Amino acid sequence: MAAGVATWLPFARAAAVGWLPLAQQPLPAAPQGCEARSDEVLVVNVSGRRFQTWKNTLDRYPDTLLGSSEKEFFFDPDSGEYFFDRDPDLFRHVLNFYRTGRLHCPRQECIQAFDEELAFYGIVPELIGDCCLEEYRDRKKENAERLAEDEEAELGGPGGAGADWALPPGSPFRQRLWRAFENPHTSTMALVFYYVTGFFIAVSVIANVVETIPCAAGGRAGWQEEPCGDRFPLAFFCMDTACVLIFTGEYLLRLFAAPSRGRFLRSVMSLIDAVAILPYYIGLFVPKNDDLSGAFVTLRVFRVFRIFKFSRHSQGLRILGYTLKSCASELGFLLFSLTMAIIIFATVMFYAEKGTSKTNFTSIPAAFWYTIVTMTTLGYGDMVPSTIAGKIFGSICSLSGVLVIALPVPVIVSNFSRIYHQNQRADKRRAQQKVRLARIRMAKSGTTTAFLQYKRNRGLEVGLCPGPALSTRSRSAFEQQHHHLLHCLEKTTSHEFTDESTFSEALGVISLGGRTSRSTSVSSQAVIGTSARASGLISSCCPRQSKQRRAIRLANSTASVSRGSMQELDTLAGHRSPGPQSRASLNAKTHDSLTLNCDSQDLVAAIISIPTPPANTPDESRPHSPASDSGEGPGRPSGGSSSSNRGALRNSSLGPSYLLHNTVKISSL
Amino acid sequence: MNLEGLEMVAVLVVLALFVKVLEQFGLFEPVSLEDSVEDEFELSTVCHRPEGLEQLQEQTKFTRKELQVLYRGFKNECPSGIVNEENFKQIYSQFFPQGDSSTYATFLFNAFDTNHDGSVSFEDFVAGLSVILRGTIDDRLNWAFNLYDLNKDGFITKEEMLDIMKSIYDMMGKYTYPALREEAPREHVESFFQKMDRNKDGVVTIEEFIESCQKDENIMRSMQLFDNVI
Repeated sequence: MAAGVATWLPFARAAAVGWLPLAQQPLPAAPQGCEARSDEVLVVNVSGRRFQTWKNTLDRYPDTLLGSSEKEFFFDPDSGEYFFDRDPDLFRHVLNFYRTGRLHCPRQECIQAFDEELAFYGIVPELIGDCCLEEYRDRKKENAERLAEDEEAELGGPGGAGADWALPPGSPFRQRLWRAFENPHTSTMALVFYYVTGFFIAVSVIANVVETIPCAAGGRAGWQEEPCGDRFPLAFFCMDTACVLIFTGEYLLRLFAAPSRGRFLRSVMSLIDAVAILPYYIGLFVPKNDDLSGAFVTLRVFRVFRIFKFSRHSQGLRILGYTLKSCASELGFLLFSLTMAIIIFATVMFYAEKGTSKTNFTSIPAAFWYTIVTMTTLGYGDMVPSTIAGKIFGSICSLSGVLVIALPVPVIVSNFSRIYHQNQRADKRRAQQKVRLARIRMAKSGTTTAFLQYKRNRGLEVGLCPGPALSTRSRSAFEQQHHHLLHCLEKTTSHEFTDESTFSEALGVISLGGRTSRSTSVSSQAVIGTSARASGLISSCCPRQSKQRRAIRLANSTASVSRGSMQELDTLAGHRSPGPQSRASLNAKTHDSLTLNCDSQDLVAAIISIPTPPANTPDESRPHSPASDSGEGPGRPSGGSSSSNRGALRNSSLGPSYLLHNTVKISSL
Repeated sequence: MNLEGLEMVAVLVVLALFVKVLEQFGLFEPVSLEDSVEDEFELSTVCHRPEGLEQLQEQTKFTRKELQVLYRGFKNECPSGIVNEENFKQIYSQFFPQGDSSTYATFLFNAFDTNHDGSVSFEDFVAGLSVILRGTIDDRLNWAFNLYDLNKDGFITKEEMLDIMKSIYDMMGKYTYPALREEAPREHVESFFQKMDRNKDGVVTIEEFIESCQKDENIMRSMQLFDNVI
């Protein structure tokens, strides 16, 4: 109910006195519990900004947070005010809603943020007043579209030019084929196929065109020239056959690979494909008699549709088509108004010119041609009015033609521009997708890293490691509790947390001897890159591990934690800390291998920079670095928690060269 | 040259268009009545201020705080300080969505609008409320009588009563149980007159009205309803 209603309710109840004397039955008793209607001023403190309002104002909308007893949860008895930890700028609008009964939408704020505030205060967004509703809806729709685009791009939408990830190796041939068709960039074969078909489309179209050019019939100057198609029928036939064969093959392959055949059959592109090749087949099977050959010739016209197949190859063409589709209503309007104008002017011109003898304007439909030619300012001059009235109306016709045609054009143009820019944006976004996702993954794995690091440390503690100043870096209470929780989960399920690379490692790696790794430091986890690189390095010193290396390299997708790697290496570097047995036997392998041949202790701090795959920039920026500062030099028995932060390159031989070409810091050994 | 038929028409058309174009460009001001412009600026800036708080306190039986609350609500809804009949009807109809309350709202409006100037100001509003909510039983009955007496001549005739009754039944709307019959208002009026009209002269005077109401227990009891509305 609107604010006003609540205000007027007492009045309406009072007016009921008019019914009293007429009532034939006794009226019910009034509801009790009318609290002392003393109106008071409430103070609402939103993130420090104090808003004051009458209690009544808030009571106007009893089904919102502020109007109901829900606000009591936010009441602070010490200060006597209601405290909300929300955005004070947006609260202004919410409060105005109570005051005026109209909800306005701020122009400069993010729609999403506003929506969230409304949801928090229990106000339905539909209550937005008419003045702002239009814009709110537009912006909301735009946002939703953009989000949908993003999601689609991330998931590699159905058939869309989504992510260019490699499909999991086990996916069926059909799926791979379809992907090859839709994203030619994924494999070389697909690219080759793409260009080949493009080439043949061009060849086919050109052949169609050249077929009709008159070739000089050899030697017979003066004789009638015949078109090239008739002069070299065999050659053109062969070319046509070849093209059609390729197109047919492509069509059938697409049909086979399509995830949804029905949808594929109904799609525009497949229809164009079908139309492009049908005439040929019809021509093959139709006997060459004169009656039908006329129709057959007409069918050949459809061969020109092959040019539309280019739209698979050209995004611009697709955009154009999409624009026309989305401007359908404007185009329709244009057409309709033009038709109206044509009919009107044609009629007028006909009657104006009726009197003249030998006039071209023999009927109204005949006058249509004149009107169209004049309105579009073509002016062929094959039909010309001769009377004065005809000329006057003719000039009016041409003037109005210009206007009518000019009107819808800006709409179409702006539509085209909008769609084009949208597409450009989508492309750009897709290009940055990888980096973006990688960064996000880095940030996410940060927490895992922290936990895994914590485990390591804890493990070390348990192992009675006499290391002083353990890496029990001060973790926030939040982190402690969080880690405890994760730990509980591990214990409950009797499984442990590892990280991506270790996991994939486990998939493809041969197991080494089951030497227990001393340092739990090699906890698989954070080591994605590390282990990979480490193993990469290992290869240099441990040739027999080279096999592993390749497997691990693969797993090294987003090197989450170069830092982590640091730690690992540090520990690898030879902390012979008598830690507890490795929990993760997996890592034990790598670790073992490492410790086997690589004499970690006295590694020279040489700098080796191995150009690793484009790992994400080292996490200097990573906020969450498990900052254990214990990482000391190799000699320390402390279970190498490492100084992640310093990103020190301890043992450069194992040195993670995640650093792209620079920033190889050497920590003092 | 001889201008015949269509050519004449063509020339006229062109002339007319020419004139219009000139007009559009403001080069040619035809002599037209310029009143229309002023109609745009309606006198919508009327702002009525009520008398002071103290006077209202004297005139009505509300406390200061109550008056403040009332006025704040009133002013919020009607910033111009007065309510006209349209607004009044609209406000009242929000409470009775199922039926048509416009007729009854009109009667109410006339009852509140004691000086009959077509608008209800805050004073009228508060005065009416004061009588209903804080007045004696007799006051309230008086007020009700005033409401029923549409032409304010001191008598309630059967026609007036019928109008009132119909408007009240209109507020119920279509969907009632038991279904509303056509004769219901009329019957109700009959029973009312039977009860109230002592001398059976076909009209009810104020004395008859008050007397009959005081004898009716139901009515007396129901009057308590209004004691704590505000």
